[in-house]
Amino acid sequence: MTMMKTSSRWSGIGFQALAVLLALGFTTLVMLISGADPLQVYQNIISGAVGSPVKIADILVAWTPLLLATAGLLLTFTAGLWNIGIEGQITLGAIFTTWALRVLQPTDLPPALIMGIGFLAGALGGMIWAGLVALLKIFGNVNEIFGGLGLNFVATALTIWLIFGPWKRPGVGSMSGTEPFPLELWLPTLPGFRLSPLSLALGIIAIAVVYVLLRGTYFGLRLKAVGRNGRAAYLMGIPTTRYMLLAFLLCGLMAGLAGATQVLAVYHRLIPSISSGYGFLGMMVAMLVNYQALWAAPVALFFAALNIGSIQLPIVLKLDSSLSGVLQGSLVLFVLLMDGVRRRLTRNQ
Amino acid sequence: MDTQIILIGLAGVLASSAPIIFATIGETFAERSGVINLSLNGTILLTAMAGFAVAVSTNSLVLGFLAGALIGGLVALIVAFSSITLKQSQVAVGFILALTCRDLAYYLGNPFMGLQGPRVPSLPIPGLADIPIIGVIFFQQDILVYASFLLIIVAYVFIFKTRPGLMLQGIGEKPATAFVRGANVNRMRYFYTVLGGMLAGLAGPMFSLSVKAGWKGTISGLDGFGWIALALTIFGGWNPLRAAFGAYLFGLLQWLGLVLQPSLPNIPSQVLQVAPFPLMILTLLLVNIGNAEWVDRTLAALPEKTRKWLANLLRSLRTSPPASLGVPFENE
Repeated sequence: MTMMKTSSRWSGIGFQALAVLLALGFTTLVMLISGADPLQVYQNIISGAVGSPVKIADILVAWTPLLLATAGLLLTFTAGLWNIGIEGQITLGAIFTTWALRVLQPTDLPPALIMGIGFLAGALGGMIWAGLVALLKIFGNVNEIFGGLGLNFVATALTIWLIFGPWKRPGVGSMSGTEPFPLELWLPTLPGFRLSPLSLALGIIAIAVVYVLLRGTYFGLRLKAVGRNGRAAYLMGIPTTRYMLLAFLLCGLMAGLAGATQVLAVYHRLIPSISSGYGFLGMMVAMLVNYQALWAAPVALFFAALNIGSIQLPIVLKLDSSLSGVLQGSLVLFVLLMDGVRRRLTRNQ
Repeated sequence: MDTQIILIGLAGVLASSAPIIFATIGETFAERSGVINLSLNGTILLTAMAGFAVAVSTNSLVLGFLAGALIGGLVALIVAFSSITLKQSQVAVGFILALTCRDLAYYLGNPFMGLQGPRVPSLPIPGLADIPIIGVIFFQQDILVYASFLLIIVAYVFIFKTRPGLMLQGIGEKPATAFVRGANVNRMRYFYTVLGGMLAGLAGPMFSLSVKAGWKGTISGLDGFGWIALALTIFGGWNPLRAAFGAYLFGLLQWLGLVLQPSLPNIPSQVLQVAPFPLMILTLLLVNIGNAEWVDRTLAALPEKTRKWLANLLRSLRTSPPASLGVPFENE
C-alpha cells in the first residue's frame, strides 16, 4: 500500500515535470514564430527578474497583491465557487481606499491612522463587491462567473468615471490617474526600494491564515464539505448558503486589501488598471497548485518573478510583455492536461 | 436626429452584432451537446489577430477567415479533449485558455499593430437594397451580415426541427438515453464543441476584417465580447432566435451609448460602453430568478391574481440549461 502510494507520487511528479517541459517547449515555439531568439528572451526575463536587488524587491512588491488574491481565492475554490469577480473586488478595494484617503486627507488625523482607515475601507469595498456576487448567486440563481464578470466591467467603468469625473486631476483628467497623495500618506518602504514591508507582511499573513483555516479548523472542514457536495453538506446540517456567503466575503476582504496595497504602497493614486490583473493571475496560481495553500506562496512568487522579468521585453527586444502570460497560462494548462493523462493511464491499468 | 442617421445606426447595430451572433450560436451548439467552452473571449481575440495577420500577409480575406475558423476549432478541441477524454474541469480549462489565448494574441500580434489591412466590401443586394427603410437597414450590408441572418435561421431549424438536432438536444439533456438509442455521445460532443469553436473563430476575423477593421493590440476594443457571448448564450436559453435577439439588444444599447455621448459630456465614453453590463446582470437575474426556491415560497404567499401573473411572467422569462451541461458522460 505504502509502496503504491510512493510510486503514484513519483509518477505524479514525473508527469508534472513533463508538463513543465511541454509548457517551456510551447512558449519557445511561440517565440520562434515571432522571430525572437528564445535564449535571448529567457536570459532577458531572468536578468529582468533577479538582475539587481531592486528587481528582486519588485518581485516581492508584485507578490503581495498576488498572495492576497490567491489566499482569498483558495477559500472560494474550496467552497466550490468560481470567483471570477475578484478583479472587480480588487478594484473596488482600491476605489474605497482612495475615497477614504481623499476624505480624511484634509483633516488633522495622523497619517498612520488615515492609512489604517484606508486599509479598512479597501477591505470593505472588496467585501461589498464580493457580497453582490454572492447575493446574485444565492438569491437570484445567477451563476457567480457571470455575475462576477459583469461586476468586473462595472468596476472598471466606475474607476474610469471617477478618474475623469469627480476625482479628476486639477485641470484635465487623464489615463495616468488621480492626483498622487502627499508623501506622508505613502506606506513606508525599505530605503532605496519600492517594497513596503508592512504590505508584504499582510500578504504573508493572509496566506498563512488561509492555510491554517483550511488545514486545521472546523470551518475549513465544513467549507470543503460544501465544495465537494453541497447537497450532501446541506443534508448533514451545514448551512451551505451561509458558508458560500462567508467564503465570498472573506475572499472579497482579501481582494480589497490587495487593492488597498496597490493604492497605499505602489501607485499612491487610483489608476485605470489598478488591479493589474492580479485577480486572474491568482486564479491561475490556485489552479496550478490544485487549490492547496501550501504550494500557493512559492508558485505565486514564481509568477510574480515572471511578470517582473518580462517588463523590460518591450524596451530591450521589442516584444510584447504578454509573453509572461503565455508561459504562465501554458504551464497551468499542461499541468492540468498531464494530470488528466496520468489519471486516465492509471484508470486503465 | 433625422431618420437617415437612425436607419444607418440600426444597420450598424445589425452589422456589429454579426460576430457576436456567430460566437453565441457557436457556444449554443457546444452547450446544447453538454460542453461549456469558456475560452470564447480568448478565441475571439486570438482569431481576430490571426485572421487579420493572415489576411494582411496573403492579401486574401478568405484565408483570413479560414485561419480564424481553424484556430477557433483547435482551441475548442483542447477544451473537448481535456473535458471529454481527460475528464478535467471544463470551466478551469476554458478559463485558462481564455487568458492564454488573449496573451498569445497580444504577443504574436505585436508586429501587425496598426497595419493597413483588407476589409470585407459591402454588398448591397440588387433590388432589395432600394426598398425604403428596410433596404437601408437590412440589405446594404456586407456578406458577413447576411451570413449571420442565415446562421440564426439555419441553427434554429437544425436544433428544433431536424433529427440530428433532436439528437443534439438528447445528448445534452439525457445522454444515457441518447446512448441507448445509438448515439455516440462523446464523439458528438467532440463534433459540436469543435463546430461551435469554429463558428466563434469566425467571429474574430469578422471584427478585425470588417466591424472593427484592423489590429491595435490591447486597444483593439475587442476584450470582453467573448464574455458577452457566453452570457447571451444563457440569456438566449440555448435557443438561436432568442440569443440573436439578445445580441441585437446588446448592440442597440452600445449604439445608444455612442449616440447619447455628445449630450452627456461629463461621462467618459468608456463608461457608456459598459452600460450594457449591468443590464446583462439584470437580464441574467430575470431569466434565472424563476429557478430560485425562495421565489416559489414568496409567490405562494401572494394573493391568487398577483401570484398567477408574476408566476407566468417569470416562467416566460426563465431559461434552464441542458440538464447534463458540464457533466462528463461514461457509457457503462
